[in-house]
Amino acid sequence: MLFTIQVNNKKIKAEKGETILSALNRNGIIIPTLCRMKDFTPTGACRMCVVEVEGRDRLVTACSQPVEEWMKIRTHSPRVIQARKTIVELLLSNHPDDCLYCERNLNCELQNLSEELNIRERRIRGKKIKPRLDQSSPAITRELSKCILCGRCVRVCEEVVTANTLDFIKRGRNTHIGASMDRDFNFSSCVHCGQCLIVCPTGALHEKHSITEIQEYLNKPEILKVIQYSPLVTAGIAGELGIKHNKYADRILNAILRKIGFDKVFTTGTGTDVCITEISGQLLEKLEKRTASPLYISACPAWVKYCEQFMPSQIPMLSTVKSPQQITGALIKTIVADQNKVNPANIFSVSATPCLAMKFEARRDGMMRKGISDVDSVLTVRELSRLIRLYGIAPSIIEPEAADEPLAGRSSSAVLAEVSGGLTEGILRALHYKLLTKEADKQLFRKLRSSGSFREISMAIGEYEVKAAVVDGLTGLGKLKTSINSGKSYDLIEVMVCPGGCVHGAGLPFSSARADVRSRAKLVYQTDDSEPVNLPCKSHHLINLYDKLLKENSEISDKKIFYTHFEKRNVLL
Amino acid sequence: MGTEFDLILKKYKQGKREDLIPMLQEIQEQLGYLSEEAIVNVGSYLGLSTTKIYGLATFYDRFRFIPSGRIHISVCNGTSCYINGSQSVINKISEEINVQPGLTTRDGNFSCEIVSCMGGCHNGPVINVNGEYHTFVKASQLPELIKKLMYIIEND
Repeated sequence: MLFTIQVNNKKIKAEKGETILSALNRNGIIIPTLCRMKDFTPTGACRMCVVEVEGRDRLVTACSQPVEEWMKIRTHSPRVIQARKTIVELLLSNHPDDCLYCERNLNCELQNLSEELNIRERRIRGKKIKPRLDQSSPAITRELSKCILCGRCVRVCEEVVTANTLDFIKRGRNTHIGASMDRDFNFSSCVHCGQCLIVCPTGALHEKHSITEIQEYLNKPEILKVIQYSPLVTAGIAGELGIKHNKYADRILNAILRKIGFDKVFTTGTGTDVCITEISGQLLEKLEKRTASPLYISACPAWVKYCEQFMPSQIPMLSTVKSPQQITGALIKTIVADQNKVNPANIFSVSATPCLAMKFEARRDGMMRKGISDVDSVLTVRELSRLIRLYGIAPSIIEPEAADEPLAGRSSSAVLAEVSGGLTEGILRALHYKLLTKEADKQLFRKLRSSGSFREISMAIGEYEVKAAVVDGLTGLGKLKTSINSGKSYDLIEVMVCPGGCVHGAGLPFSSARADVRSRAKLVYQTDDSEPVNLPCKSHHLINLYDKLLKENSEISDKKIFYTHFEKRNVLL
Repeated sequence: MGTEFDLILKKYKQGKREDLIPMLQEIQEQLGYLSEEAIVNVGSYLGLSTTKIYGLATFYDRFRFIPSGRIHISVCNGTSCYINGSQSVINKISEEINVQPGLTTRDGNFSCEIVSCMGGCHNGPVINVNGEYHTFVKASQLPELIKKLMYIIEND
């Protein structure tokens, strides 16, 4: 039901039941917010969105107050602006003020608010928060002095990730955000998905940097510098570098990376193809044996850690296939090392990815061979764009180059794996082709491409009836449990911690991380539709790898380098 | 965990989150503090993460996370006691037992904490030694009091 309310002496239409904020936003009136997050119930904690409502003594928070028909609202009266200004001034009173050195400089919500509200002098002086830097986690760095206690990370960790790693500790002036028992992050139940870091308005949470380490290695002539990047990196970085995201973008990125000083540039997509092939092999084995227990896809490292902590009973059902990044890393340290006649210890292997948990995964147990780790360093897309800018490369006048053999190409299934449900689709397609030697009808997978935190699909492939479930964001785990408890069984279960899949990864640029994840997913689907090679087994890179390279090398022909192991983790839950 | 602790847990219904604070209070009464083990056990009993329990417990000054000493001294630092000089009392106690407020001495003999108000505002500064109240405390009286307490500990 629509009705009219009066805002700043003008009449606007509002809908019954919506908040003042949404009515204003729809009518083009922008109100600053801080603690608010889209799709979450409002808390009204930061008071940033206050407006004046005639007849009310106090200012009301627009984000939580429903509109009513009688309302006469003033959104930018002197009183409102003064209130907002005071809030930001108070937030700044104990802030470290090291914007020039800050990770989020020019990309910080607090900085933007202070700029918008025209704060030009320090009116309120408070005692500075004692600096505390927590670098213990392999993926996430916390700088508590920059925290403004908006509580977004706490809510995301509880309501989206359901890991409950963060909470407010202590009270009043001593309040801070911390993990269990206020220990450092490496002892906590954090799954390193980084969803907290995407929503952090300041530089209090950011990824652990790898740039310095990479720079150091880039200057060592005796080391073979190798980089792999996942298909989504190009899409993420195109906007940052101001290049068009089309089919040449990958090739431009290859050229840029070589200019920085990387000797070899590979695509993680080849690893994804291997991953799909191996898991579909495991699935077929399972179907042949007709075992009842499901096979969980273990490509999402955050999910693997979650499972090891919270659901140890399911660990034996986790697929032992490594994630695409680790498979590519393992291939680099074996096949590429052999081809270039270098000692694997003299290869420095970097991976660029939209995922934050990959930083943790690269340091996992069981991700190495003969004491040499598969991947040495992991860069987020943000870090990669910083590295490119650091080396002063103008992307507009670069000649496109191809990636290096043997890990140069991928099928479009590898791109599809970046969205939730995509890996399942890829595996089922591969299985379909393997058993029936013809491609599956794309319409069959429509259910997998829909939205919702829990999706299921059942399809007949040859003599088998394959049932698969996709958990899109850990909130879907509850639905999976109810479904299993009600007697349903699944053959294949895919879990992705970030809602939407890797397209919502915490390593992507901040500016686009808040934009619609769906549009990035659409891009992925378009790629899958437009590329001719849509099955791993049709990619000649994969055929070459399996039929020639793996067979030639007796040490790795058993494919053990594609597999790892998982075990229960003891952390404070 | 000891059977005493199990008995406390059994008094409450499993998974009933609203019982968290009474549970923690009872455990603190029994153990003297909230140990990590206790928090983990309560968490799995009620289905809450330890972070949430720790976050809640640290909100309240009443909960302690390290064992209290054999002699536990609480010093009132409410408005009235503060005006009557509780700060000098706090400083003197810290100096005499050689430990900061909120902590316990290494030998486990003494612990000291600052509380907000004990309700003896016209008798301030007030201190509480193992449940026994002392009123109108002056910093100069404290060395003798601590000496007495030491004597009690040694001859206990």
